[in-house]
Amino acid sequence: MQRFSAFALVKHALSGHQHWQPQWRDATPKPAYDAVIVGGGGHGLGAAYYLAKEHGLRNIAVLEKGWIGGGNTGRNTTIIRSNYLFDESAALYDHALKLWEGLSQDINYNVMFSQRGVLMLAHNVHDEQSFKRHIHANRLNGVDNEWLTPAQAKEFCPPLNISGNMRHPVLGAALQRRAGTARHDAVAWGYARAADALGVDIIQNCEVTAIHRDAFGHVTGVTTSRGEIATRKIGVSAAGNSSVVMGMAGLRMPLESFPLQALVSEPIKPIFPCVVMSNTIHAYMSQSDKGELVIGAGTDAYTSYTQRGALHISAHTLEAICELFPDFRRMRMLRNWGGIVDVTPDRSPIIAKTPVPGLYVNCGWGTGGFKATPGAAHLFAWTIARGEPHTINAPFNLERFARGMLIDEAAAAAVAH
Amino acid sequence: MLLITCPFCGPRPELEFGYAGEAHVVRAQDPREVSDSQWTEYLYQRSNVRGVHAERWRHAHGCAQFFNALRDTTTDHFVATYRIGESRPDAAVEAGR
Ligand SMILES: Cc1cc2nc3c(=O)[nH]c(=O)nc-3n(C[C@H](O)[C@H](O)[C@H](O)COP(=O)(O)OP(=O)(O)OC[C@H]3O[C@@H](n4cnc5c(N)ncnc54)[C@H](O)[C@@H]3O)c2cc1C
Ligand SMILES: [Zn+2]
Repeated sequence: MQRFSAFALVKHALSGHQHWQPQWRDATPKPAYDAVIVGGGGHGLGAAYYLAKEHGLRNIAVLEKGWIGGGNTGRNTTIIRSNYLFDESAALYDHALKLWEGLSQDINYNVMFSQRGVLMLAHNVHDEQSFKRHIHANRLNGVDNEWLTPAQAKEFCPPLNISGNMRHPVLGAALQRRAGTARHDAVAWGYARAADALGVDIIQNCEVTAIHRDAFGHVTGVTTSRGEIATRKIGVSAAGNSSVVMGMAGLRMPLESFPLQALVSEPIKPIFPCVVMSNTIHAYMSQSDKGELVIGAGTDAYTSYTQRGALHISAHTLEAICELFPDFRRMRMLRNWGGIVDVTPDRSPIIAKTPVPGLYVNCGWGTGGFKATPGAAHLFAWTIARGEPHTINAPFNLERFARGMLIDEAAAAAVAH
Repeated sequence: MLLITCPFCGPRPELEFGYAGEAHVVRAQDPREVSDSQWTEYLYQRSNVRGVHAERWRHAHGCAQFFNALRDTTTDHFVATYRIGESRPDAAVEAGR
């Protein structure tokens, strides 16, 4: 791997940037691997990287039906935070946040992780009580989160409207200062490049269409659009398509897949210093380094695999944005798109082994798994390599639904982003 | 926005409707006889079909009736809508092909 550095940049500038190597090999499938990851999003690529780096597995492939990062990884609004209510969730998301803090150095790739702070707005008494409860619970778990008055919130985010004559006035906000954003594509590319350097085959345009098992039920391989591949370990990290892929091994999942939308504005000069989320009136916004306002909307009401959402959903979000930030009322939106998010009944993910020997799954991240990318990948790799979960992901198993051990972040009021 | 044909009122915009999840998920007749895994299946496990999906809708801002629909989740095209109690009109799926 050609390492990136200031020195390398200067050296390549002298030769007109003609001699950079491709960042990863365009691998063709081998007949057999020690482990196969299905899904080349940030989670799957990251899992391959940690399998190679921390568990010594080098004969691994990541199989991606389209192009890497073309799923939710490349479609999300990149909000990263860890101020979740329950102990299990706080441990999981803060594990990820700590990995984000060193990720660019670790994989020698600038993922543009920016801890600019995430402000969650309270608009009614319920919000205020719920956020304060989160703040106290977070503090007990060593996760930073603090309460701001409306005036303090406006000081932190000057475009915010805190006047009392709004339909849903801002009564205060919870701020996690360590939270922020990262560049989504760079996360996929950086993990792909780092994994490739350790020998992992990144195979694109390779859709898994069947999972094979032996007489004992153990997995033996997969059929793909690029031929048969034998393996004794399969890690499925297919986000919105998890039910479909797990169905290939005969498993029914506690998942439903919904379209979730985002949109971006025309680029403008830096004006928006942080991330603002409002669960109650359903709007999320930050400004990218290119200058676009990045806006997250809601999910459609019905399950779908279309990767597009209805216009009235994004219109609803824009109404909220216009009320919260009147300065942006006359801005034009350049693009909108959708991704398919796999949602569990308790809105918490599943990172676990399954009843099928050799088959592992990382799914159910729903509307909020980008923030967990390094953590989920790290724990999924651990689980695949050892055949047992790490203590952090042990509660996020499949059996919790039968045993009633839900980690009910849905009931805890926070929408997941 | 989808255009949905209520079996009682005819075609109406999606905003008049509420989505109510997968159809034909049957609650056990005698809950005492049901195992944990059967409860899990009933409460949490869903087909989440990529293709023709049987699902419940409610014409909330109309006749207020529940009804069932077959919808292709790869296109959002409604294949058929039918009344509660009627069986899944799979003939309509074949006819649509
Ligand atoms: C609009 C939107 C906004 C969001 N905003 C946020 C946010 O602000 N913060 C946050 O934390 N999260 C957010 N999320 C959620 C987040 O994007 C996801 O939870 C996360 O990116 C999932 O990562 P992944 O790597 O598991 O999935 P993906 O990137 O979707 O990767 C899964 C891959 O599997 C591939 N695949 C599927 N089936 C097969 C098959 N049969 N064979 C081979 N490959 C297959 C797909 O092509 C895909 O590339 C948002 C999502 C959306 C859609
Ligand atoms: Zn009606």
